[in-house]
Amino acid sequence: MTPAATAASDLPASSRDLFALTKPRVMSLVVFTGLCGLLVAPVPVHPVLGFAAVLCIALGAGAAGALNQWYEADLDAKMKRTASRPLPAGRMTRQTALHFGVGLSVFSVILMDLAANHLAAAILAVSILFYVLIYTVWLKRRTAQNIVIGGAAGAFPPLIGWVAATGNISTLPVLLFAIIFLWTPPHFWALSLFVKTDYANAGVPMLPVVAGVTNTRRQIALYTLPMIAAAIAPWAMGLTGWIYGIASVALNAVFLFLALAVLANKATEPKEMKPEKRLFAFSILYLFAIFAALVIDAKVLG
Amino acid sequence: MTHDEEEVIRKRQRERSRLLAILLGAFALLMFGITIAKMTINQ
Repeated sequence: MTPAATAASDLPASSRDLFALTKPRVMSLVVFTGLCGLLVAPVPVHPVLGFAAVLCIALGAGAAGALNQWYEADLDAKMKRTASRPLPAGRMTRQTALHFGVGLSVFSVILMDLAANHLAAAILAVSILFYVLIYTVWLKRRTAQNIVIGGAAGAFPPLIGWVAATGNISTLPVLLFAIIFLWTPPHFWALSLFVKTDYANAGVPMLPVVAGVTNTRRQIALYTLPMIAAAIAPWAMGLTGWIYGIASVALNAVFLFLALAVLANKATEPKEMKPEKRLFAFSILYLFAIFAALVIDAKVLG
Repeated sequence: MTHDEEEVIRKRQRERSRLLAILLGAFALLMFGITIAKMTINQ
């Protein structure tokens, strides 16, 4: 941190930096999947309560993101991708980030309890704690399996959305959890292949750093298979209609094709990793599309 | 502390106070909405 940056951190944090602390881009996917979980639930939800539940999911995700950045300020400073975040850039004190993160966490859980039910609030609390304590504090710096287990934190939103609407857990929301849980490793490992140097410099044991690029490509292909099974299961088990079935089969076929292209790639330089970049970009679209198909299916076919 | 630095601090304090006021107003409205919604459901 430069002297100028240190001086800057003495200033009160700007609202723009507080917003940046919540990782708004990650939050968009979390909010969308949470909303989809709420919309596919087989019970009508009052619009105000539905809005409040999705708001709580967004606030909880933002709080987890803020606490993650509070704990990882030293790591973020070492990586090009994250060096301009408010903490490593010295635009905010760590204490501000901690207070903001804890405050937002508590507020989101209490509001969820008031607006929805105890179970939804409890799962929201578990998801925040899982992301901060299990993933950020415990796993991220210790094991190459960090995002495999840590991926569970990002898989909670559709489950929370469903539980906020129904008050209980059934097969479909568990499958939605499984889709995101199994999608996370291929998604993050594709990214970590072409930003490997960044992770290596920061000392984060991401799979390509620890096990090499060839092994990572094999793992991407291997994790794609159970992800496809989980994504097709709602249709195969008769929990959704043909709209989701067709969309799911098509999206998973493209995902598999791109994962096999990654497996076939032998490049070691990030510049030559077009298949990895394509898979990473498609994986984001994939998750949006598969959840959108689920909602369309539920609303059109009832 | 220079005059410019003091000005930046005041500006950020004003900005945060305004934002907090808006958020508190939104929270009050949301709590009102939740209360009405729960009463409607329970009827």
